[in-house]
Amino acid sequence: MKPENTSERFIVSSSPHIHEGSSVERIMLDVLIALTPALAAACYFFGFDALRLTAVCTATSIATEWLCRVMMRRNRSIGDLSAAVTGVLLALNLPPSLPTWMAVLGSIFAIGICKQIFGGLGYNVFNPALAARAFLLISFTGMMTSWSDSDWSATLTLNEGVIDIATGATPLGAIKDAVKAGREIPGFTLAGVARLFIGDTNGCLGETSVFALLIGAAYLLYRRVITWHIPAAYTATVVIFATVLYCVNPQTSVMPHIHLLSGGLVLGAFFMATDMVTSPVTKRGMLIFGVGCGVVTMVIRTVKTGAYPEGVSFAILFMNALTPLINRGCRNRVFGAKS
Amino acid sequence: MKTVSAPYQFKGGIHPDYHKELAWKSAIERMPNPSELTVPMSQHLGAPAKVCVSPGDAVKKGSLIGEQNGFISASVHAPVSGTVKAVVQSCSATGRSCQAVVIESMDDGETEYFEPIVEWLHTHKERLRNRIGEAGIAGMGGAGFPTRVKLSPPHDKPIDTVILNGAECEPYLTSDYRVMLEHADKICIGAEIIQHILGAKTVRIAIEDNKPDAVRAMEKACAQERQGIEIDILPTGYPQGSEKQQIYNITGREVPRGGLPMDVGCVVENVGTSLAIYEAVVHGQPLIERVITVTGEAVERPANLLVPFGTSYRKLVEHCGGVRESVAKVISGGPMMGFAVGSLEIPTGKTTSGLVLLPSGCIQQFSSQACIGCGRCVDACPMGLVPSELSQFIEADDIEGAERIALMDCIECGSCAFVCPAHRPLVQHMRRGKTGVMARRAAADAQTRK
Repeated sequence: MKPENTSERFIVSSSPHIHEGSSVERIMLDVLIALTPALAAACYFFGFDALRLTAVCTATSIATEWLCRVMMRRNRSIGDLSAAVTGVLLALNLPPSLPTWMAVLGSIFAIGICKQIFGGLGYNVFNPALAARAFLLISFTGMMTSWSDSDWSATLTLNEGVIDIATGATPLGAIKDAVKAGREIPGFTLAGVARLFIGDTNGCLGETSVFALLIGAAYLLYRRVITWHIPAAYTATVVIFATVLYCVNPQTSVMPHIHLLSGGLVLGAFFMATDMVTSPVTKRGMLIFGVGCGVVTMVIRTVKTGAYPEGVSFAILFMNALTPLINRGCRNRVFGAKS
Repeated sequence: MKTVSAPYQFKGGIHPDYHKELAWKSAIERMPNPSELTVPMSQHLGAPAKVCVSPGDAVKKGSLIGEQNGFISASVHAPVSGTVKAVVQSCSATGRSCQAVVIESMDDGETEYFEPIVEWLHTHKERLRNRIGEAGIAGMGGAGFPTRVKLSPPHDKPIDTVILNGAECEPYLTSDYRVMLEHADKICIGAEIIQHILGAKTVRIAIEDNKPDAVRAMEKACAQERQGIEIDILPTGYPQGSEKQQIYNITGREVPRGGLPMDVGCVVENVGTSLAIYEAVVHGQPLIERVITVTGEAVERPANLLVPFGTSYRKLVEHCGGVRESVAKVISGGPMMGFAVGSLEIPTGKTTSGLVLLPSGCIQQFSSQACIGCGRCVDACPMGLVPSELSQFIEADDIEGAERIALMDCIECGSCAFVCPAHRPLVQHMRRGKTGVMARRAAADAQTRK
């Protein structure tokens, strides 16, 4: 074909004229893929409740996103999958027995109040799923801290009579109760540690199975959706904090690996703290962010008079608030600038 | 002569698909003179040349048709013999409007070149500099900075290292590669001329490791008892060809913010410029032609053509067999930093390194989204900037804020926009911001002068 035969209407736009092909939708899809092992584990350990809450949260999140965009007369955004990610993440942060209407309320809060009021994806200050979890935890403390009766406590090396207390609690809850009551700290047998790793214990839907979460985390690292900086800084800080505490005061502390395997630490470190919108953009900033999350988590977990046995959500939310400051203080050195 | 791996590596950069295989096997082929050429007076950075011929004048190949007009400017010569048909308002390859001389070509084989300087090693440096100036040589890597100016550093800025840029990190383009392969000897002599003019201790030839045969060709050419020439192999990546990044990779020196390569004792010249210097000095030929890669998935027969300036893009495409499918985008230069042009009636010039024609399947068009703060642009930026934040400042019209966080250090390489998953037009934002800063600075200047 001769050039004059072609319709000569060329696209004129700014350079660069090529793109690597990444997209927000692909990133969100990767997060959803990475969450499927945790979701599968939740279904296995908690049964129908896992499906019920995930379906409700995801559907409500997407519906809320759609409705908000319509009401705000903005372009539709449910196609970017971020609402679906928020829905699944929120579900994974809820206890299995939570009533459906509370899950609906949480999802509306996550998308409507925490995300769309700020302007939608990219403009939110706090991780919407975590903010909604905090909202539910404060509003419905009872329902948000009532757990199923897993027989996990049978694997603890406990005195007779303390087991009752442990039943219906999370591992971290049992520890905190013991510390508060001045009782002996429960020890974990090897089988107990293994169950924490596999996820056969009490806790939120998606946080118990460290094993399933790590599979998803490996996928996220492989796809470069996340980098190692935040999770490594976060978990390392928790381990160091717990080790120091254990060395100083072994009577009222548990071993570092228990801190690592229990509660929402792995879910938080790999899936929640790494939320792009609410975490810093530079590597140095990410490291500071991770260390901050670790310190706050451990302070909440171990302060004797504290109300909450678990601190991951509040720690990440707290650091979310500091992210703009970290971004401002952690810019890279400009090439050619005097060091 | 020795070959080494570049000892340093700048932070950042990207790895695009190169698509160089489309054209890299095509040997340089001389394009027949078109019957009519439109030679723009602005083919370089700085003031356009002043037309010094009138319609009806007969010109020979190499005759001066545009005089250098000011310090930062370059003269323009007739690429072919023929008759001046008209002086018109046209546009340069960068879309800038300027005067152009239309020449009706006539193949009489006559030339009007300068007197060759064969004994250049025993020739006064000033004479060599003047030759490079009168030959109208401007940087052929893309920016088109007049070479004479670059080779005249002030006395308090001694140059110890000349870097020949053969990285050619832009995807698709293969003109520098073919020039190195086919004219290695001439490039080496050109480099020695530059070295002689500047009194530099060493010459370092920078080539990416995806061009091993270019490395071998340069090694062979430089092996003949040449002192102080070194080939530095750079890992393939973008923007290895960027001046500041290349100086850092090779010498470990960082050009200070707002400074020039001469501030760290370096001068960087494109391998094509070195070839032009050789031709101007040893053969007296002014800069009237260059090698241009015509490539892209839409071109029937991608090629590396030796083209007289003023040949229209349309002629290049026709010479390459036309297009094989509907063209969506025509890029003058490479796809990372080149200009998308709206027409094929634009004349080629000294800085036209390539013409890339892409079908709709090879380009992406996006609507941009809000920044999701992934930080990938921060990792990609070779200048250590935070493109996401800069772009948000500029979107909010806070130009001063953007300037505070080093907007003016942006080299517009496009690495940030290449990786942005939200498809934000980051380079466009940077340009807009920079224009704002320049306007504000000009206004402040005018204020103080009052």
